[in-house]
Amino acid sequence: MSGPREVQVGRRVVLGMLGVGTVGVLFGSRVQDLFERTLGRTPLSSVLPLSRFRIYTVTGSFPSRSEAEYRLRVGGLVDRPVELTAADLRAMAPTHLTKDFQCVTGWRVSDVRWKGVRLVDLLDAAGVQAGAGGVRFFSFDGAYTESLTLDQARRDDVIVAYELEGKPISTAHGGPVRLYVAPMYGYKSLKWLEAVEVTGPNPKPGYWEVRGYDVDAWVGRSNGRDDDPI
Amino acid sequence: MTTTPSEAAAPAPASPPERLPRFDGVERALHWSTAGLVLVLLVTAAVLYFGQLSTLVGRRELVRRVHVVSGLLLPAPLLLALVGRWGRGLLADLRAVNRWDADDRRWLRSWGRDPSVRLGKFNPGQKLNAAFVGGAIGVMLISGSIMHWFDPFPLSWRTGATFVHDWTAVALVLVIVGHVRMALGDRDALRSMVVGWVPADWARRHRPRWYEDQVGDGEATRSGSG
Repeated sequence: MSGPREVQVGRRVVLGMLGVGTVGVLFGSRVQDLFERTLGRTPLSSVLPLSRFRIYTVTGSFPSRSEAEYRLRVGGLVDRPVELTAADLRAMAPTHLTKDFQCVTGWRVSDVRWKGVRLVDLLDAAGVQAGAGGVRFFSFDGAYTESLTLDQARRDDVIVAYELEGKPISTAHGGPVRLYVAPMYGYKSLKWLEAVEVTGPNPKPGYWEVRGYDVDAWVGRSNGRDDDPI
Repeated sequence: MTTTPSEAAAPAPASPPERLPRFDGVERALHWSTAGLVLVLLVTAAVLYFGQLSTLVGRRELVRRVHVVSGLLLPAPLLLALVGRWGRGLLADLRAVNRWDADDRRWLRSWGRDPSVRLGKFNPGQKLNAAFVGGAIGVMLISGSIMHWFDPFPLSWRTGATFVHDWTAVALVLVIVGHVRMALGDRDALRSMVVGWVPADWARRHRPRWYEDQVGDGEATRSGSG
């Protein structure tokens, strides 16, 4: 290249970084997994990008409701509309799930422990009427909604969650009670769950879905891609 | 600047300049507009990323949009500075920042302590800083674009892009903190990024080879041998 005295170090640094960045995009998810397994449960995770939820809210604030004042309504096309307290939910048979939480934009938190009640148990308690085909969910933030088909809502890994990592779910994480739809991207797991409404076959799309996201948000099989789940 | 007028005026015939132009207006505008955008990016990034801040601020959609728009604008000042003839000073400096000679390598190996090193306009730390920031802007643009327009990309790329974006941001913050600390530790250099010039004496002591280029060889040799 140029003579031995002058070397274009700047260009090499820039090109090298672009190369490393590209490799990082292609294989970084594995490296991140390794980091999380080794460092993710140490104090380092509070300053470094490890095992960390990005806290989303679509409104100007975080809606707060204590466990004592919390109520969950199940209504719509059901025989017996019900209203449940947090204590009612805790009295029902619990389900534990340990799954990766995957955002459609790419971030992921490994092995998150959830505890809650299967949604299907709530639906059965209320008695779903013939002709129903979908379920809508409403958040007490007043803006966010979500929806599932009735078949999706009946899955064992769709729960109304009240514990995250062994503790009551904090306000930032959508507590005291939120939806957790394990097989789908994070935006399906509506926070601050207030009402479940059984509807006809084609429920209205949710908050992000009217903004372009897929309604059927299977991890790895939606939003432009058809990959194997990681 | 502390030289009294009489002292400065004494060797009248070949009086060296008191001030040397270091950065022209285009370069300073580029530096500060980029710095401003980076500041907006860091603040919005912190709000998007740290749970307590997200809780405090909310309005995720708005914050996200500000972050994305500032990020897309980030290369604009550089491109604007380079499209016209007004970018000649910048181009010359980019060339100087790109090339390393034997003095630069010795400076780096001795951590700046080797007294025989005679530096040009930029020291190797500044050259590395400029190259790193340039590369990082490219990396952040690419990974950020994958995170924003994620539809065509496989899930593992999206996670990889998030990984790259997060860790490059950590490195960038460290480098920027270092850059600001160095600047605050050298007021003459910092002032030159605001008003454009450095005291000639600063250049003679810290950047002897650049000083010689600026004032002409004979002059520099005389003042150098003192």
